[in-house]
Amino acid sequence: MFAYVIRRALYAIPILIGVNLITFALFFVVNTPDDMARMHLGMKRVTADAIEKWKAERGYDRPLLYNRQADGAERVTATIFFDKSVRLFAFEFGSSDAGRDIGQDISQRMWPSLAIALPTFLIGLLVYISFAMLLAFFRGTYLDISGVALCVILMSISGLFYIIAGQYVFSKLLHLVPVSGYEPGWLAWRFVLLPVAIGVFAGIGSSSRWYRTIFLEEINRDYVRTARAKGLPEGRLLFRHVLKNAMVPILTGVVVVLPTLFMGSLIMESFFAIPGLGSYTIEAIQKQDFAIVRAMVFLGSALYILGLLLTDLSYTLVDPRIRLS
Amino acid sequence: MSALQPLFRHPNLLVGWILLILTGLSVGACSDQAWNSPYPPDQAGQNILYSSFAERPKHLDPAQSYSSNEVVFTGQIYEPPLQYHFLKRPYQLEPATVTTMPVPYYLDDQGQRLSDNASADEIAYSVYDIEIQPGIHYQPHPAFAKDEQGQFLYHALSEQDLESVKTLSDFRENGSRELVAEDYALQIKRLAHPRLHSPIFGLMSDYIVGLSDYAATLKQVFEHNSEGASAAASVDLRDYPLAGVEVLDRYRYRVRIRGKYPQFLYWLAMPFFAPVPWEADVFYSQPGMKERNISLDWYPLGTGPYMLTVNNPNRQMVMERNPNFHGERYPQAGESGDAGQGYLDDAGRQLPMIDKVIYSLEKEAIPTWNKFLQGYYDASGVSSDSFDQAIQVASGGDISLTPELKAKGIHLNTVVSTSISYIGFNMLDPVVGGDSEPARLLRRAISIAMDYEEYISVFANGRGIPAQSPLPPGIFGHVEGRQGINTFVYDWTPHGPQRKPIAEARRLLAQAGYPDGRDIKTGKPLVLYFDTSGVGPDDSARLDWIRKQFVKLDIQLQVRNTDYNRFQDKMLKGTAQIFQWGWNADYPDAENFLFLLYAKNAKVEHSGENAANYSNAEFDRLFEQMKNMENGAQRQQVIDRMVEILRHDAPWVFGFHPKQFVLFHDWYHNAKSNLMANNTLKYRRIEPALREQQREAWNHPVVWPLGLIILMLIAAVIPAVIAYRRHENQQALEH
Repeated sequence: MFAYVIRRALYAIPILIGVNLITFALFFVVNTPDDMARMHLGMKRVTADAIEKWKAERGYDRPLLYNRQADGAERVTATIFFDKSVRLFAFEFGSSDAGRDIGQDISQRMWPSLAIALPTFLIGLLVYISFAMLLAFFRGTYLDISGVALCVILMSISGLFYIIAGQYVFSKLLHLVPVSGYEPGWLAWRFVLLPVAIGVFAGIGSSSRWYRTIFLEEINRDYVRTARAKGLPEGRLLFRHVLKNAMVPILTGVVVVLPTLFMGSLIMESFFAIPGLGSYTIEAIQKQDFAIVRAMVFLGSALYILGLLLTDLSYTLVDPRIRLS
Repeated sequence: MSALQPLFRHPNLLVGWILLILTGLSVGACSDQAWNSPYPPDQAGQNILYSSFAERPKHLDPAQSYSSNEVVFTGQIYEPPLQYHFLKRPYQLEPATVTTMPVPYYLDDQGQRLSDNASADEIAYSVYDIEIQPGIHYQPHPAFAKDEQGQFLYHALSEQDLESVKTLSDFRENGSRELVAEDYALQIKRLAHPRLHSPIFGLMSDYIVGLSDYAATLKQVFEHNSEGASAAASVDLRDYPLAGVEVLDRYRYRVRIRGKYPQFLYWLAMPFFAPVPWEADVFYSQPGMKERNISLDWYPLGTGPYMLTVNNPNRQMVMERNPNFHGERYPQAGESGDAGQGYLDDAGRQLPMIDKVIYSLEKEAIPTWNKFLQGYYDASGVSSDSFDQAIQVASGGDISLTPELKAKGIHLNTVVSTSISYIGFNMLDPVVGGDSEPARLLRRAISIAMDYEEYISVFANGRGIPAQSPLPPGIFGHVEGRQGINTFVYDWTPHGPQRKPIAEARRLLAQAGYPDGRDIKTGKPLVLYFDTSGVGPDDSARLDWIRKQFVKLDIQLQVRNTDYNRFQDKMLKGTAQIFQWGWNADYPDAENFLFLLYAKNAKVEHSGENAANYSNAEFDRLFEQMKNMENGAQRQQVIDRMVEILRHDAPWVFGFHPKQFVLFHDWYHNAKSNLMANNTLKYRRIEPALREQQREAWNHPVVWPLGLIILMLIAAVIPAVIAYRRHENQQALEH
């Protein structure tokens, strides 16, 4: 397994270089270093000289990918791409174009994001699987049909609607929780309650339907029929056998998102004023802060690759037939 | 579901849990603080003002801070020499930290003193001797902390010393010292700092003697410093003299300006000219500080009434009363009507009147609005989402609050802002630009067709007034009433100015050589191009409206929509044809608006703020004359002529001056809007007891719907439980 992990880690390198290159190309197709300087220096009274100085200080006065005026290896190394990309592979994110340390910003903002994402993920998983199991148990009955219809209705409604309606009903009308805000530490629970509840509720429709499909497929297998014929209670059958055997497709969707949980949710964090990472990348794109954009895209890609690797590893835990080689 | 199984087996357990939750909620309902309060209980009843911000301020260093969302903070922390009188209108400067208002004296190019009424042509230099008040101290700050031997504690920190430091508050010791004239001089030097990129460096280097040479010197120093960025940043600017700034003694300094520039006094009321102690530069430039995001840009250091104690712009920024503030009293006099509105109730009281201000990050308008209605914010603007909920417009156009808001004791303040939104014609364009009569007539026709009264009503909820010239109300030079209308676009009626009929615009268009929107020479339809960077859904409606205004003249308008970067490029290269732009005044002077049309500020040639690239020799001559004049009848005459030239040439469609709406609660006092001053926080007052009472009344938790929801859930689950039990008890075969 160790060799497998090493091999997958090595595969990640060309992928990350590719992602970095694409990010770089996309960013600089839309923004030139001059645009970035103008954005950072403000809209009023910006002189051409100030723009040149800003670029020179941050290394944006170099060619993008290939430096014709340099010699030897510097043709490649004395470029914006090389200068801004290499250190990422050591997870050194450096400073944003506004001068802030990106690593420190990430370490500060990831906790509030986790405070929302982790409970939403765990409670959601419990609720979706339980609800899907319930529908599978009553398959074909009016309960199943109404449940599926409810799921379709729930998944047809925009997530934004749940947020606005949730804030309106529980904060504005019933005065039960704060509309928005955040406090660090345990005091966060009052602010996390509503976004978590909304996050879980908003996901019921799509997730429960997905899990129901998985369970229904599993429930029709021979071993289930055999267990039932042996007189195993239906509840025990579902939770002890069906759930365990349905774990591979469940893990495929679940484990991959685990490492990216701290990256946060843009809309949820915006509406509930949660100081997380959800808006960090979007703000950076709006402010044309390439240093943050490349760092976050790189980090997101690395975490996604890690998630995929963990998913593969988790298969071996739930299905002894699977061997990684 | 496995966790729920015991509940299904034992319904009593389920009911028990529900009762427990409901009991918990009921007990909570009896506690003092409202459940939906976003603030900790220990803040209840305290003299704290609550406000919000939507975007993190980019700069808090006074050499860089310029945007309105930045001066909200820097204005309260830093004290420039001058400030605007809080109540008096027209806006009036008064001493802030200086003993008396600085009065310049003039020198000729030989350095000989001239009389006070010397003409601008004779004046080579204006000299401002500025004397500050003694006894002003800085806020407590670790940069000033000293040990028993009088050595600075934190001026030579090693990486080991900084190991446990994450924020400024991790430095245990603080100190302070008296404000001296040298601190003001240092800040003027910082405007030329090559790493700070002060936005006013370009402008000030035209005026402050030696500033551009000083920047060149500093650049050389930094370039020759081989030890890298942090070493370069620690260069002590006191070692490098600036020709135009001289420290005369502990409390006096002198600034020498090229020529006559009366507007310099306005700049002296902005944070750009606030003092920065040398200790701050030394402290923040130490190795390891930047890596910890500890910089003057993040942790400002001033002598003002407030100091920034928490700077987490992802969540909250907190300003607290500066214990070392030198003290100031609420003004004793204002303009007529102020007493009646209660603005003089606090006359003579010690400032500031609020202990602490908490700004919370709110990115979305809806939660911000809801929290204002719940009493968790003390004042609010009116976003378009909440306009109908807050404001009602009578058939006559009168604006008032809705009964719901009135019942809550909310008040409304409106003021026309000192800004303008306009449509500009690129005067370098061969069709709409230039000084030819046809082009001028075409621009005037378009000016008539652009129905800004409708625009304000549709897109600004009536929050604005159509502009008759570049000068908004409240700026010297603006003329009200019949005398002040743009007679090329409006007729005067007993009801006020009336936009000329579209037939008049069509007549002008025909005269311009485009009858019915067709080029008389070629017979082809006239196609014009509107360059914009608006890409959102709101922009789409706005662009449709603009297109329709041109259709009134049978002109086809092609909208060239692009991102902001490309738009900026077009403007810089002069390839845009018609565009929408705006300007917000830096200071209340006609020069700050009319310079937007001065040829030497043309965008293409000089990268200036004259986006229309307008050039008119007479206008330029008058501008040079007007900018050095004192406000008075003579200056008004010159401004009138300049405005008339602009109306005649029509390089802009004078759009509108936006109106600001501010809502505030009953417990919030001295809410008078001052569009020029950025240090108004110290004048505000709140009644925390009344606020607490109102919050409690408005936010009593309503628990019963929760119980109802739980009961409904139970009702939905019961059939499932019954079916489950029946299924489990079912026999395989029935005999």
